Amino acid sequence: MPSILVYAELSEGKVATTSLELMTKARDLGDVYAVALGAGAKTAATTLGKHGAKVVHVSEDSAFDDYVAEPATDALASLYEKEKPDLILFAFTPDSREVAGRLAARLGAGLISNAGDVVAKDGGFVAKVPYFGGAKVASMKANGKPAIVLIRPKSFEASAKGGTAEVKQLDVKVGDGSKRAHIAERVVEASEKVKLEEARVVISGGRGMGGPQNFPLLEELANALGGAVGASRAVVDAGWVPYSMQVGQTGKSVRPGVYIAVGISGAMQHTVGMKTSKIIIAINKDAEAPIMKMADLGVVGDALKIVPALTAAVKAKKNG
Amino acid sequence: MKIVVTVKQVPDPNSNLTLEADSTISREKEVVLDPGDECGIEEGLQLKEAHGGEVILVSMGPDRAKDAIRKGLSMGADRGVLISDASLAGADALLTARVLAAAIKQEEPDLVICATESYDGSTGMVPPMLAELLGFPQLTFAKKVEVDGSTVKVHRQTADGYQIVEASTPALITVTAAIAEPRYASLKGIMAARSKEIKQVAASELGVEIEGVVEAEARKAGEVIEDDGSAVEKIVQVLAAAKVL
Repeated sequence: MPSILVYAELSEGKVATTSLELMTKARDLGDVYAVALGAGAKTAATTLGKHGAKVVHVSEDSAFDDYVAEPATDALASLYEKEKPDLILFAFTPDSREVAGRLAARLGAGLISNAGDVVAKDGGFVAKVPYFGGAKVASMKANGKPAIVLIRPKSFEASAKGGTAEVKQLDVKVGDGSKRAHIAERVVEASEKVKLEEARVVISGGRGMGGPQNFPLLEELANALGGAVGASRAVVDAGWVPYSMQVGQTGKSVRPGVYIAVGISGAMQHTVGMKTSKIIIAINKDAEAPIMKMADLGVVGDALKIVPALTAAVKAKKNG
Repeated sequence: MKIVVTVKQVPDPNSNLTLEADSTISREKEVVLDPGDECGIEEGLQLKEAHGGEVILVSMGPDRAKDAIRKGLSMGADRGVLISDASLAGADALLTARVLAAAIKQEEPDLVICATESYDGSTGMVPPMLAELLGFPQLTFAKKVEVDGSTVKVHRQTADGYQIVEASTPALITVTAAIAEPRYASLKGIMAARSKEIKQVAASELGVEIEGVVEAEARKAGEVIEDDGSAVEKIVQVLAAAKVL
């Protein structure tokens, strides 16, 4: 039975949902153990046990919360030397990928990033990596050991199966040499009302919105539907809206019940982050836009007229 | 301050991408300096203007990647280094990071600036690998950079705001597009770039191999309608059917 190590990313002392998604896959592949670092690691171990971890290695050393990537890399490298897992899984998130990158470089291990799935094959692991905007899927085999694979968020559903993990204190001394990139302060700028990744309805705007002054139209529709507002990379790069709203390859991956793409042409960079939405509605003035080819309902028309009318209709329907 | 900015030539994000027969993304047609790297170069130039020093562009790529470097030189960077070798075609992230690290080490920089990720690959794995191989701390997702003596401080973008992260030089920074608006090359800059040095060096083992490529299951196209005033009603029906309304 292969051994799988899952790097459980903690966010405010809790296991990130993306990490629990990895657990669902990992327990199909072999014996799962996890590592949780920083404040809340011990509590996290309980959660990870419920999701199928046999053993959780924990350390609550504050260095893991206070310094970028290096302390976690030290911990994982030392754990690898002891346990020699066949596969190490990370979520493809900003924090995890920094640790994964350093770890791969330190171990000289092959790394496969941005995977949508991983399967066991011929005693090794093959990762399925969507590219070309998700139109193609490459099967990539990691040569050598360990295989390090980063999985896109929302590739699997997190589900608890019940169970209790054995909690092992990770014996790692984080040296001063790794306490370098110091997180001196955390600033919260905006509290999202509904989290983009968790919203049942996501309304995203692109260049077709005409300018940042029109994004409130999307906000109003989102409020009416209890959804969240996203954006394409083009408008984030143009500075219309913050990066936290970006949906796509380099932004967030979403899988809502309904995704409404407004004024978004549907570049691959964007579609890879939303194509698994259950229903896709596109509003665009260009009938030939790529997004129209993947939408369940494509509406060719003026977004600036349709969106406010839609908001009014939704409100009327709710009140009626 | 000696600043290295890593740069990459990528297919023009504004053109339609095509695939080669071997299913790799075609980089033959319209290729440009990665727009993310332009932001990195801009930040490097601003730091140089404030603190003095030198901006060196380092790239791995085929011979024609010199054009991308030349573009950065015309913006004002001082010189370039291009590592070209046929054996590096199709290099994975770790090999790329190893090659870049070997070239960058020779420069002994105070600061290495990378884009958060490239426009074509978009996996963002090279910068943390590079930091590890150079033995540098990594200050990532920076939307603002301040240098004070040997201390670098960045505003690191997070999902709900930012963190202030600091380290001593030498260090590696990754910058987002929010960092700085890249300047246009002036005519003088373009002329000057012609005589600036681009050193070409030759560099092979891959940690990852491609097994095969298949078509992804495509999403089927649904119905496309012209808005003749009834579109809103239609959308409401779809929302209701999806039980979000």
